[in-house]
Amino acid sequence: MQTLIPHNADESRRMMQSLTNRAKPVDRRPMNFVDRLYLPAVLKGMSITFGHIFKKPPTIKYPEQTREFSPVFRGLHVLNRDEEGRERCTACGLCAVACPAEAITMEAAEREPGEENLYREEKYAARYEINMLRCIFCGLCEEACPKDAIYLSETFAPSNFARKGFIYGKKDLLIPNPVTQPEEYAKAKGKR
Amino acid sequence: MTLLAFDWIFLIEKLVLIVIIISVSLVIAMYETYAERKVAAWIQDRVGPDRAGPWGILQPLADGGKLFFKEEIIPNSSNKFLFVLGPCLAMLTAMMTCAVVPWSSKLELFGRSIDMQIADINIGILYVFGVVSMGVYGIMIGGWASNNKFSLMAALRGASQVISYELAMGLSLIALLMLTGSLSLKTIVEQQQAGLWNIAYQPLGFLLFFVCALAECNRAPFDLPEAESELNMGYHQEYSSMKLGFYLFSEYINMFISSAIMATLFFGGYDVPFLDESKLAVNVAAIVGLVALMLKIFFFIFLFMWVRWTLPRFRYDQLMRVGWKNMIPLALANMIITAAVVLLIKK
Repeated sequence: MQTLIPHNADESRRMMQSLTNRAKPVDRRPMNFVDRLYLPAVLKGMSITFGHIFKKPPTIKYPEQTREFSPVFRGLHVLNRDEEGRERCTACGLCAVACPAEAITMEAAEREPGEENLYREEKYAARYEINMLRCIFCGLCEEACPKDAIYLSETFAPSNFARKGFIYGKKDLLIPNPVTQPEEYAKAKGKR
Repeated sequence: MTLLAFDWIFLIEKLVLIVIIISVSLVIAMYETYAERKVAAWIQDRVGPDRAGPWGILQPLADGGKLFFKEEIIPNSSNKFLFVLGPCLAMLTAMMTCAVVPWSSKLELFGRSIDMQIADINIGILYVFGVVSMGVYGIMIGGWASNNKFSLMAALRGASQVISYELAMGLSLIALLMLTGSLSLKTIVEQQQAGLWNIAYQPLGFLLFFVCALAECNRAPFDLPEAESELNMGYHQEYSSMKLGFYLFSEYINMFISSAIMATLFFGGYDVPFLDESKLAVNVAAIVGLVALMLKIFFFIFLFMWVRWTLPRFRYDQLMRVGWKNMIPLALANMIITAAVVLLIKK
């Protein structure tokens, strides 16, 4: 196929296709006397900027106001409990396998007799850490989990002074107990 | 015994007035920085500083405090004496101009009639011009002493810009002076109180004066000596801490003073339109006049900022072309026409 090559500026301009119908041709006439006074253009510009003074800024004043997130927003992880307040996680490791950023580390432990009110299954995660600096918040862990034990909430990682502070352990991730702390539980659960 | 005959209270009165005027202009310069940021924000659909205090009104204090605590750096290769002298001169010349501005009519306090003007000298305008043209030394010396290519370029630009626009400014003022017949700012204001404001006789003169004032204050669109995008802040690039603060401050004081001069020369100074001040009590008239002048000044300061956040910077050759080929011929034409009209009417 023959490709068209513009040979001069005029030809290239003619060949250029406009992507939208909003393109406006540039006025390339030489400046006349009124233009060279600058003043009409200056006044026009100043009226435009003056109009902007009365526009409402779209600013969201962050710590006091927050942007509203969509219900599918993928924020910080939450380790879920069931209705009786038992941890759902069985430390199967599927989330760690699914994680493309390799941000999840866990250690499994066996449930002792008498701990039935703490852990739902016979096996549980003794240590469960997510490195929030590695995490890309893709939500694949949430998809991988067979026990509905991990999901991504509507909050995002707060700032911290040390890298260590971004490694979230179980005490940071675990949702409050719905039996003993129902209010905190509802708040942490969000809209999902 | 002539020394004892001197009116010592007069001296104290003037000293108090000087202290008040200088501190007020410093405070106004401080809040101009805040206003500048707010106006810029409004024009650009932003909020602007709003964290320090309610609506951010403590922002200038925070900025000033920060500048004070910054490390003081004097480059090794700089000329130390001139390096320190530069910001001092800039600040000094900025403050000196406010001596001849009549801030209001007379105030009666403690049985004395106090002039609201530091010095009513009969060459008021000439004095302003003299001091303002000295202001370029602050830029020149600062830029030269920094021993840095960018600063030197900026200083050269600043010097040539100020010289070019001072000409047009002076010429536009000559037309005004032909009408008033006096160089004293006080007399000019009193004439306007009696008749119309000078803007009615000299609209072109005011326009030329305003544009030149923008150039003299190194404000956008004529902020070539600073030109942060091409000269890295220009002549004050090497400056840090409060010396930088002085340069920035002097710019804002200059803006305040030139607004005051414009209000005085063309907009009746402390005159309130459609109000006969002589019917009011003396002190009330003085306060009303002061408020009127301040409002006019604030309007001009806003105008300065409004222009800055609307227009892009002129290129250097454009600046020179506008200065020499447009402003000066226009000012000359204005002067000749005014002279002819004055002659015709006087006959």
